[in-house]
Amino acid sequence: MTSVSPAPAPAPAHPGRRRRPSPRRIGLQAARIALALFFSFPIVFMLVSSFKPDQQIFGDLDGIKAFLPVGHLSLDNYTGVFDRVPAVRFLLNSIGISAITVALSIFINSLAAFALSRMRWRGKKIVLTAVIATLIVPFETFALPMVWWVNKLPWLQLDGGRLIVTEGWLDTYQVQILPFVANAMFIFLFHQYFQSIPKELDEAAVLDGASWFGIYRRIVMPLSGPAIATVAILAFLPMWNAYLWPLMVVQSEDLRPVMIGIDYFVQTNPSWGEIMAYSSMITVPVLALFVAFQRAFVSSIASSGVKG
Amino acid sequence: MSTRPGAAADVPPTRRATQRRARRRESLAALGMVSPAVFLLVMFIVIPVVLAFALAFTNARLVSPTPAQFTGVQNFRVLLDDPLFYKSLRNTFYFAVVVVPLQGGLALVLALLVNAKVKGVNFFRTVYFLPVVTSMVVVSILWTLLYQKTGLINELISHLTLGLVQGPDWLNNPSTAMPAIIVMSVWQGVGFHMIIWLAGLQTIPQDLYEAADIDGATRWTRFWHVTWPGLSATRTFVLITITINAFALFTQISVMTQGGPLDSTSTVVYQAVRTGYSQQQTGYASAISLVFFVLVLAVSLVQRFLTREKD
Repeated sequence: MTSVSPAPAPAPAHPGRRRRPSPRRIGLQAARIALALFFSFPIVFMLVSSFKPDQQIFGDLDGIKAFLPVGHLSLDNYTGVFDRVPAVRFLLNSIGISAITVALSIFINSLAAFALSRMRWRGKKIVLTAVIATLIVPFETFALPMVWWVNKLPWLQLDGGRLIVTEGWLDTYQVQILPFVANAMFIFLFHQYFQSIPKELDEAAVLDGASWFGIYRRIVMPLSGPAIATVAILAFLPMWNAYLWPLMVVQSEDLRPVMIGIDYFVQTNPSWGEIMAYSSMITVPVLALFVAFQRAFVSSIASSGVKG
Repeated sequence: MSTRPGAAADVPPTRRATQRRARRRESLAALGMVSPAVFLLVMFIVIPVVLAFALAFTNARLVSPTPAQFTGVQNFRVLLDDPLFYKSLRNTFYFAVVVVPLQGGLALVLALLVNAKVKGVNFFRTVYFLPVVTSMVVVSILWTLLYQKTGLINELISHLTLGLVQGPDWLNNPSTAMPAIIVMSVWQGVGFHMIIWLAGLQTIPQDLYEAADIDGATRWTRFWHVTWPGLSATRTFVLITITINAFALFTQISVMTQGGPLDSTSTVVYQAVRTGYSQQQTGYASAISLVFFVLVLAVSLVQRFLTREKD
């Protein structure tokens, strides 16, 4: 697993005497700052505008005021959001769907990777190759046949104390969760990580009478914190940002995730202040998580490129 | 099961039996552990992919009282006569051809800028990465506002050119809608590939640079002879992932333009979703998906071939 470590602080060439920065270095730093403005201005604009009435958002566009929290600021847009969409429901749905998917994803993929990297059995190589092969098909190529397919799948439901079989997964929670649990990329990441853990630990545990599941749970998983964090982050982001899939398979308002909520604002006459407020509400939690766990985020992204 | 003669003759029979039992237990446990993941991969990747091939030759509809019927190559015949399909194909290529070098190149520039040992690089990395953790749906709605005729982008253009240039109505003009979406998509995705390049840069051994310095290499030759060759594996990965993402262009179109104006931003995936989902023609949409799949596969195989290690 590659980690992108921050560059060490520069050692002063002549301690006690400050070197004058060369024009080249000033130019590079200016470029870095200009790019920082380029990458942050829409986000700053979104956050600031979410507190302004519509008229002021457009009035402030012609100057630096567009990026400053000045003028008439209020939480009106936020209260407006709750009148227009069931925002709490959407947020709870997304939190629940993402959390369950992340948890199942960590468990099921690491379990498979454990068997594929640390146990001896026939057919292991074939299974590993087949799993990796699923990576070459982008989701978009089979999303539509999959809608047709999930509409045919059976599910068990409790109906007045009796277990009944229903057909079709459209409009359910499971259709938003189960298709995204198993992931060849995550199996591969766990597989690579598990191989760095010494196998002698397993052998010692076997002599002590531990079961294979016991080794997985008590020895390997507790040593795999970084891999778990990587998979948690890589599994969480697409679930929180899910749009195409829920757009196609979820009709009832009660089951919708946050990103579909945006369509409510586009369809009816838009209040840009409310759109900015809703966008901020569903973005800020992720940005906060990112800033808090920045190092883990960056190294998880970097490790997704290792397979080359 | 019979004991094979000569196999581990020095091991007493009881121990051999125990070993065999342990092996069997290990195999069974392993199968139990891989099967949930394998089952789900089969259910939600393998079967849908096979279905994409099968349904493309039928008139299947999403919800239909009658079962799907085999219609041969009918869907493909319709597809080849569909002017919207050619437009979508062209727009998809247009997007990919511009985005791949632009995003890959800018990402490398960013990676080089934040790989320096100067104060605040961590801050810059964080800021360049912020759009990546912002959802594409949010980014699209946000930039729809920025791109309005009297929106922030045009105000900025007007300010920077001292009022000489008046920006167009970006998303409502067939010739500017796609470029506008391209700029926004690069803005959102480039931080991701910056991190990938950065990880690649940090695997290049420092002594290669020192050796180049001793040889009196300029910055430019140092880049071409040390950095660029050292990034060959990373380069392939960046190229292929940006390409596949570019071909899958959907969210931006769905939120910002719905394929318009005048179909100038309709893409293959957008068209497939519209026919398959909104018009419920699963068979026809599968045919579009199938063509799309072959396309993506062909392009990434060609890229892999062109960027292969030349030893």
